[in-house]
Amino acid sequence: MKSYVKQKVLALNGDEAVAYAAKQSDVDVVAAYPVTPQTIIVERFSEYVANGEVNTEFVCVESEHSAMTACITASATGARTFTATAAPGLALMHEMLYVASGCRTPVVMAVANRALSAPLNIHCDHSDSMGQRDSGWIQIYAENSQEAYDSIIQSFRIAENPETLLPVMVCLDGFTLSHTLENVQILPDDVVEKIVGIRQIPHVVTHEKKKGPFRLSSEHPMSIGPVALQDYYFEFKRQQEEAMKNASKIIQHTHEEYAQISGRRYGDGLFDLYCLEDAETAIICLGSTAGTVKNVVDELRAEGIKAGLLRIRTFRPLAIKEIIRAIEKVKAVAVMDRSISFGGHGGPVFHEIRHALYDASLHPCVVNYIYGLGGRDTSPSQIRKIYDDLQNIMHKSKVENPVRYVGLRG
Amino acid sequence: MTIQEKNWKEIPPAGVCWKSSTEYLTGDWKTYKPVRDLEKCTRCLLCAIFCPDGAIHWNSKKEDIEFDYDFCKGCGICANECPTNAIEMKLE
Repeated sequence: MKSYVKQKVLALNGDEAVAYAAKQSDVDVVAAYPVTPQTIIVERFSEYVANGEVNTEFVCVESEHSAMTACITASATGARTFTATAAPGLALMHEMLYVASGCRTPVVMAVANRALSAPLNIHCDHSDSMGQRDSGWIQIYAENSQEAYDSIIQSFRIAENPETLLPVMVCLDGFTLSHTLENVQILPDDVVEKIVGIRQIPHVVTHEKKKGPFRLSSEHPMSIGPVALQDYYFEFKRQQEEAMKNASKIIQHTHEEYAQISGRRYGDGLFDLYCLEDAETAIICLGSTAGTVKNVVDELRAEGIKAGLLRIRTFRPLAIKEIIRAIEKVKAVAVMDRSISFGGHGGPVFHEIRHALYDASLHPCVVNYIYGLGGRDTSPSQIRKIYDDLQNIMHKSKVENPVRYVGLRG
Repeated sequence: MTIQEKNWKEIPPAGVCWKSSTEYLTGDWKTYKPVRDLEKCTRCLLCAIFCPDGAIHWNSKKEDIEFDYDFCKGCGICANECPTNAIEMKLE
């Protein structure tokens, strides 16, 4: 058996695990603004700065819009940059998220998922990060605090890879993960330092027809992200799409390299497949809900029911071909959405899955369950009910009422 | 302004300029151009100070003010600020 690096176990909540990972990742600049349920990340990190435990410039800003702006500019100079936010803060960053991806600045950000107002709610759902789906950020959704810790470390490598050069959002469910104490295995500092390394700066050809490092510096002056109108804007967007396509492989590769050191694997880094090989019915979901679903799958398997789970770890980029391969033989699939696309016939994950299956040779029945909005708890019995529904759908080979709600009164 | 149009694989990422900004003649944005009345002009150079594009220069050989129409966007600030109303904005 392969021996992995010896690790210590700390009792940390999700936010603390994220802050700890950032602390170990040799971050140069953190510009952040506190917002529930992310606040602990910023608090912990500012403690590390105050105690001299990190060599990081901590910028206290007046808003999340400024936080993201400071991160982009710091990252453009070649600095490793980290921040964290949640729903209202992420919404305020909206404009700058597109600037971050458009300027190809590899900022890493933790998002403690929270519902958007109104009415005011601080608890978990995915409306905030799903609202930023098209902002050009890589999105990784963690199932537990351990994965949040591991994903942050991996994200610096993924973001800064010259083939990607895209910002990464690591999403962890607000309160469910962010505020819940868990045993988290922590890699030694020197091991993390070796994993993340020093940020690589690729070279680009500048206007003097000379190769220069792709960063703002006085030795090689350049402008990043100035005006590009009808003549060139389109071409730059196509480059971002290419970078997203490259990112899938880089995420898998980085995840595998990390697994070799830590002994922890989350599927292939893109999707976490659970009992899916011979499954007749399956749930597709993101985030911490997958933990509950796995328990229910175990129970159903013990009863002889062929149930499975596909957890989407990497939602952007979404590897469509792999999804088709994983679920086309399943007879009935339930897609669980923890956000709602008003007037859009189902949630955002449902849209992607049904769309992907159009190109599949087999077409499983697909049904959407909107659940857990504003932190509404989703119990194992509700998950079980979904699998029961799937059994019915499988026998009828027909989906009546494709968009449904779980845990909603009336 | 002529640009040799490149495809998305040929350009650097993030809109990094692969050309000097002096090669982009932004003067072709203008509709109205400033024209100076040499009689009225006192060469006080307020226009050069106010020009947001640095498109008004002092030519020391000619000992006179010069408009750089390659970069003048025709905003008309010079005409507005001129104390002797020596600058008129004329349709190009």
